[in-house]
Amino acid sequence: MPDVQTLVNDFVNKLKKRKIEGSQATAKLTAELLRSVISQQRVPHTNQATALIHAVRAIGEQLIAANPVELAVGNIVRRVLHIIREEDLSLATAAMAGLGVSAASDDEDDEERDENPVLSAAAVAAAARSTLRPPSLQTLLEDTSDSVAAPHTSSSGGESDGRSRSIEKGSRVRKLKHDVIEAVNELIQDISTCYEQIAEQAVEHIHHNEVILTLGSSKTVLEFLYTAKEKQRSFKVFVAEGAPRYQGHILAKELAARGLQTTVISDSAVFALISRVNMVIVGAHAVMANGGVIAPVGLNMVALAAQRHAVPFVVLAGSHKLCPLYPHNPEVLLNELRSPSELLDFGEFSDCMDSASGAGSLHVVNPTFDYVPPKFVSLFITDTGGHNPSYMYRLIADYYSADDLVVKRRPITGSCRCSV
Amino acid sequence: MGAQKKSGARVSEDPDELVRIPLQAILLADSFTTKFRPITLERPKVLLPLVNVPMINYALTWLESAGVEEVFVFCCSHSKQVINYLEKSEWLSQPSFTVTTIESQNSVSAGDALRVIYERNVIQGDFVLISGDTVSNMSLTQALLEHKERRKKDNNAVMTMVIKRSKPNPAIHQSRLGTDELFMAIDPNTKQLVYYEDRADQSRGTLQLDKSLLVDNPSLSLHHDKQDCYIDICSPEVLSLFTDNFDYQHLRRHFVKGLLLDDIMGYKIFVHEIHSDYAARIDNFRSYDTVSKDIIHRWTYPLVPDVMNFGHTATKLERQGMYRALEISQSQSAVIGPFTVIGSGTKIGNNSKILNSVIGEGCKIGSNVIIEGCYIWDNIIIEDGCKLQHAIVCDGVIIKSGAVLEPGVILSFKVVVGPEFVVPAYSQVSLFQQPIEEDSDEELEYADSTSVIGSQVDKSDVEIASKVLETNFSPASQLGVGGAGHVWSTCEGGLEEEWRHSVAPIPKDKIQEAIKTMEDDMEFATDDVFLPPSGELKPNSNDSDDDDHEDSRDDSYYFEKEVEATFLRAVHENIQESHLILEINSLKLSYNKETSDCAGALFYAMMKYALDIPHSSSDGLLQNVQGVFTKWKKALTSYLNGNDEQIEVILKFEEMCLESAKEFATLFTTILHHLYNDDFVEENAILSWEDEKKDADEADKVFVKQAQKFIQVRNHCLFFHTNRTRFYATCVFG
Repeated sequence: MPDVQTLVNDFVNKLKKRKIEGSQATAKLTAELLRSVISQQRVPHTNQATALIHAVRAIGEQLIAANPVELAVGNIVRRVLHIIREEDLSLATAAMAGLGVSAASDDEDDEERDENPVLSAAAVAAAARSTLRPPSLQTLLEDTSDSVAAPHTSSSGGESDGRSRSIEKGSRVRKLKHDVIEAVNELIQDISTCYEQIAEQAVEHIHHNEVILTLGSSKTVLEFLYTAKEKQRSFKVFVAEGAPRYQGHILAKELAARGLQTTVISDSAVFALISRVNMVIVGAHAVMANGGVIAPVGLNMVALAAQRHAVPFVVLAGSHKLCPLYPHNPEVLLNELRSPSELLDFGEFSDCMDSASGAGSLHVVNPTFDYVPPKFVSLFITDTGGHNPSYMYRLIADYYSADDLVVKRRPITGSCRCSV
Repeated sequence: MGAQKKSGARVSEDPDELVRIPLQAILLADSFTTKFRPITLERPKVLLPLVNVPMINYALTWLESAGVEEVFVFCCSHSKQVINYLEKSEWLSQPSFTVTTIESQNSVSAGDALRVIYERNVIQGDFVLISGDTVSNMSLTQALLEHKERRKKDNNAVMTMVIKRSKPNPAIHQSRLGTDELFMAIDPNTKQLVYYEDRADQSRGTLQLDKSLLVDNPSLSLHHDKQDCYIDICSPEVLSLFTDNFDYQHLRRHFVKGLLLDDIMGYKIFVHEIHSDYAARIDNFRSYDTVSKDIIHRWTYPLVPDVMNFGHTATKLERQGMYRALEISQSQSAVIGPFTVIGSGTKIGNNSKILNSVIGEGCKIGSNVIIEGCYIWDNIIIEDGCKLQHAIVCDGVIIKSGAVLEPGVILSFKVVVGPEFVVPAYSQVSLFQQPIEEDSDEELEYADSTSVIGSQVDKSDVEIASKVLETNFSPASQLGVGGAGHVWSTCEGGLEEEWRHSVAPIPKDKIQEAIKTMEDDMEFATDDVFLPPSGELKPNSNDSDDDDHEDSRDDSYYFEKEVEATFLRAVHENIQESHLILEINSLKLSYNKETSDCAGALFYAMMKYALDIPHSSSDGLLQNVQGVFTKWKKALTSYLNGNDEQIEVILKFEEMCLESAKEFATLFTTILHHLYNDDFVEENAILSWEDEKKDADEADKVFVKQAQKFIQVRNHCLFFHTNRTRFYATCVFG
């Protein structure tokens, strides 16, 4: 346990100091951390799923608080919670099925589960969700008994007598944990291969002699464009430099090194050039539940320009960037203001900021992100294929369960339950 | 300890292993100054909240994220408080970041602290030296790399200082941080620091550079727009240097200047300039204000309130730089302006206005309160209708209804301000009496009273508290009805300068005044300083010329005054001539003057004295002059050995006649003749004087004309004289 705690603290520290950059890296590290949390978590014999959910939730809350701007952390925490719920559900249904149709051959049952365990689980979960969308009083009460029961069973008293009858139960315990870890592994796999999955679709979207515009730097975009080039498509790329961090320069360098015909333009020239562009392809920081995009600063301007000239605006996003929250949710911190030193030199302007002598008070605002409303987005390309912005809620329903949307509220409701 | 020593020894044998030494840092949790009095009487400076987080957290967070693995926190005054704080915080339990405290009660300066650390023998390699009041987000990698590279090439490069560009305020010769203007001379190629002056004499407006600097360095850039961040990367030699030179106290004033002046050991200091990163040290109340504002404006990102929360409740950044903790209760009608921080648990009443301020945790602010530019710490009660401007209010203060704090007020812990009481501007209020034994000026900086009082507080908190209580019940409270606290009188000379280091903005009239004097100075300078007409001259020589010129002009004045005073003393106290000569000689050496200057000055003094002796007519004056000259002949002649000296005397005399002592004008020729007769001046000198005056204006020639006749005679004589010499010469050689 202390092991996990140090791991968590370390990661929280890194998140706090903004040492991890990029949602993909963050997502992967979060998933890996949660995997080790789950594997080290000692589960009681009853309500294992609840115990796991509690553990993950507690840690997830810390992680989200450490860097509320990086929505990928929350996304992954919710994904893992969802995985635990679904695995539990599928095990339960399997057990039910096993009880009910005991005569049926084991082999057949196993086969069926192996074929599409996720699908069936998802179907069941979706069915459950449709009835239980707003958390009802009953579920809350059920949770109470669970949470009260959980520490009891995990304490020493439950251990001794648990050991005696653990033989048949133990298999199920290990089964759940095992399944969850398997599924989390799959998730990690998904995150690390999302570039390729997205890039594979490049040929369908990029055609000969097209002009593509992008802004800032995104690994997904880089791979996407490169794959299209690999597939013998010849096209031009305009890269808007993405002030003030000028990540576009990095992307342009990479693209040119890989033999793509690249032109760097300033952000302010986007509108002038948009009429020559066939398609805008950009990366995103996060995709919200309504299909809105949180993206590097300057993208809203590009989206408006594209809209004006009816240029398709395509957003590439791995599924770990799908956030089940809405942008108007007060929980969501949409933006982060970084140091003004990226904009201007402190030394040069230091006299303007000497407010004490009344020489003037210069304020500098350096936001990191822009919000692009869904109506400007023509298409999302995720690792599961291309989607319309209005379809996002559907994808989100597949990946998340409604109970987990608010990770943070938990302690508050917890205290309420105690009083009840 | 033993193991550490061993590894240290092994390291010194094997240079390859140098790489593996963990990066260490020394954090001085004591500023060894009294600038934050009276607050620091009760709490060490490093634990004072800066935007609601104790300062030491900024330093430690930065060190940790910069990759430092081991930090030694040196605690001196209030060491118990610092150690207790660190033990409660999570700093001591970090996995890859060890914090060790070193406690010493009798260190009174940074020098002492480093000597103590040297004795502990814990520093093995290069280390970072900062004080606990540093706020920075710079990355150390580049600076460390440069330092290591230089060390490889030159073992004498012992220190790398981090500097940052920041323009000082030209009018008041002060940086944004409230420190004095800093002058540095840096070799632009090697980045070596060759000159460091943080206490330049502003009134004189001059700067003295040693000529040898200009000789030794092919190029030099002199900066006054650099800010010293007080972040040093030092080699272990630095510690031993402090031990060797046991009189080094101050890091900059003694150590850096000492190294720069000392050319025997040849130790060198280099600078590393940071551009996009932030670094500053909180040295006084003004910098406390400035750095707080920089943090709120996010220059220190990620060390900003909404990102860095040390186990406190989360703070959210809202529009226009408004930071609010989640759990606050704020009246609907209260107005919170931009660039304000409000800590958790704070209650704000109706119609209160808070602008540009930092409010701590658990404060209760009543209705109709106006707070502008203030730093309100934790658990403070401000009752209805108060008005606070640019003040620092420490924990537990109670401000009763209707009280007013004028700009620059400091209220130390638990002070109570009575209702409707107006605390005058720049007053410092504490429950403690102002220490009486304070010495003025220099001593104050290193006064060991900090540590003494600090330990006192640690030991006998209760005792003092009871004393405080006693004094509180004195009927005539200094802070209105029911008030508690002593208003500290500012130390001598402080009255004039208190606005410089206060939290309050600099008053407009002060700036205007400063600008005016600056303009006057400029005129003065352009009038007097001879600037070479073109840039043809070598810049180096140009610099030194200017310097010398200005110096000598100033110096000569003082020198003349001194000589005159010496002479008068000699006259009145009947001092022997030989002693007078001795004294003037010593003056000559101390002012670095030529013999001719002495002659001129002494002559001037004698004439002045002669003039001051009562006399009825010009004849009387002449008599006086003759009297004086005969009496002090030996003294004057001892300086009149060469031609130059004699010319100087004549010139001086002429100048006197023209300006200060017009009475002599009529007597010019007579006295000149007299001087000649008494062998003070020779004809050569007189002739060269005439020569020199040939090209002068008509007005200047008055005396030459007066003396024309005399000169002609002399000329003839000289001719005769030379002829005779020639004659002798032909005799000898012929």
